[in-house]
Amino acid sequence: MRALALGRVVARRALSGVLVLWGAATITFAALHTVKGDPALVLMGGEEANPSPEALAAVREEYGFDKPLWVQYGIYFSRLLHGNLGDSYQQHRSVLSAIGIQLGPTIVLALSTAVVAVVLALAVALATAGRGPTVAGAVNAVTTVLSSVPGFVLGIALLFVFSALLPILPSAGNAGAASLVLPVVTLALPIAAHLVQVLQPELDEVLEQPFILTARTRGASVASTKIRHALRHCLMPIATMTGFVVAGLLGGAVLVETVFSRQGLGRLATAAVSNQDLSLVLGVVLFAALVFVLVNLAVDVVYSLLDP
Amino acid sequence: MTSLVSDPTLLPSPPDAAGTAPVPAPPSAAVTAPAGTPETAGRAASPRRRAWRGAAARITVSLSGVFLLALLVAALFPGLLTRQDPVAVTLGVPLSPPSAGHPLGTDEAGRDVFSRLVHGAGASLGIGFGATLIAVVGGALVGLIAGLGNRLVDGFFMRAVDCLVAVPDLLLAMIVITVSGAGVVTALVAVGVAGIPSVARIVRAQTHQVRVSPYIEAARILGLSRTTVALRHVLPNAFRPLIPAVALRIGGAIGAGAGLSFLGLGAQPPRPEWGAMISTGRNFLVNDPLLVLWPALAITLTVLATGTLGRALKRRLEGRDLA
Repeated sequence: MRALALGRVVARRALSGVLVLWGAATITFAALHTVKGDPALVLMGGEEANPSPEALAAVREEYGFDKPLWVQYGIYFSRLLHGNLGDSYQQHRSVLSAIGIQLGPTIVLALSTAVVAVVLALAVALATAGRGPTVAGAVNAVTTVLSSVPGFVLGIALLFVFSALLPILPSAGNAGAASLVLPVVTLALPIAAHLVQVLQPELDEVLEQPFILTARTRGASVASTKIRHALRHCLMPIATMTGFVVAGLLGGAVLVETVFSRQGLGRLATAAVSNQDLSLVLGVVLFAALVFVLVNLAVDVVYSLLDP
Repeated sequence: MTSLVSDPTLLPSPPDAAGTAPVPAPPSAAVTAPAGTPETAGRAASPRRRAWRGAAARITVSLSGVFLLALLVAALFPGLLTRQDPVAVTLGVPLSPPSAGHPLGTDEAGRDVFSRLVHGAGASLGIGFGATLIAVVGGALVGLIAGLGNRLVDGFFMRAVDCLVAVPDLLLAMIVITVSGAGVVTALVAVGVAGIPSVARIVRAQTHQVRVSPYIEAARILGLSRTTVALRHVLPNAFRPLIPAVALRIGGAIGAGAGLSFLGLGAQPPRPEWGAMISTGRNFLVNDPLLVLWPALAITLTVLATGTLGRALKRRLEGRDLA
């Protein structure tokens, strides 16, 4: 029975995810056709790139730019379904392989950040919940400031303190775990601040429930009550916020990778926009949408396992 | 309706997050309710402490208001605050320390930092307010149509919003910039468009609540046209809860715009803009950290101030105390 219900949830969410991807692809198709002038020329890097007439003709042929719009739409989709995101004129390789090369460092950055953010948020929320208005006020003030500071400003502040003032951490590059510390902290602090703001009222409410008092009268310590009973109630809000966290990570990576001169998808996207490398920008967008859909699908499965 | 995200209205998105994320409860009943339990006994807020907190909150709100007012003056009449030309290069004095002529010193090209800061307020506030206007008008339109339309219309528009939500705001803005080139106006439009989905979700949810209320039914029975009901009765009532979220958006939009300029995708040199100032100042971080400090402080304080006012507005509209 339960497996069946789970299967239904997965099927429904997967369908909804496919619709989202279809929509995102339609948006990128529309973007391709809102550019001024000849889209084939834009895809090849515009006038300045001075593409050969043969190369232009090949792109026109590939995308079917001389055919009616609905045929182009069909061609675009069949290309996407075959995993063909086009070629980056700047990188001189396919968009898919350009993304593939830069993917690793960003995944490492994003996963470390997610772990650090969630652990930090849980630790702060558990340590400060139910300690009265002064502590709650202080936590609120700190989390408000942290979630207001733009990510790149926070990154530069950390870089200045821990790399220029006290030279204990590297300021740039991808070499080793030490180079990961500042970028991860920069990305994790605002996300953790956000999570704490959601978790703290939730925990305060849970700690007033009768079963907490029951546990306490049975002789459980404050710490163990919080960890064993209250922690479980934190999982749902964290799961709900996963979408926000993922989007924040992908968007934040763009700025943080630039601040700390790291290799990765964010730098790739920034360079692509600066060079007006349209197919690469659209490829990164589609990839981000795919990641968002997959992560949310995974969260929904976990969700229905936690709360059938 | 199955939606990819379980409950759109509950899901905070970065720019207006502080608005939709539950703010810790007021210091009274909720936090200290289990007064008998050992860890909270004796910590109930005394009237004196509450009065003190109220005063502190009022001071913070007033300071935020004064700061934003000063920014508004800087944005509209920069000439009142500084006589220096923000792009004029004083030869021979790059990276000079504060002096009588240059209160905050000069930057790497010998331009007056204070003047650039003052003149940069226009671009930042322009992006903040302009982008928010686009997000609110676009979002209200989409949300209203979806909320009042039949299942098919609602489904179509909310699916479209789901698609936009699946792409991070910054990347969405980057598409707009790739298609139409970098610049302040493009950045404004880009940040605004990226904000439409979350506003649309709030308005739609509100519209769903309002459309079943008795006074809307009464208006329909009285024979008012659908458009009249939508614009005169549904929109104002669905819009009211959006006001604090809008105030919080402005700060987020200012941060996003500065971020784009920092990446070199917004304001183009030599135009003074805070994000762009940070981007160039970053190269002199070790020698002259103040070059980054001022614009960084300006952005952060602006976002904090708009956030503080937004939250105060939210509490006022909810009929709660400031503290």
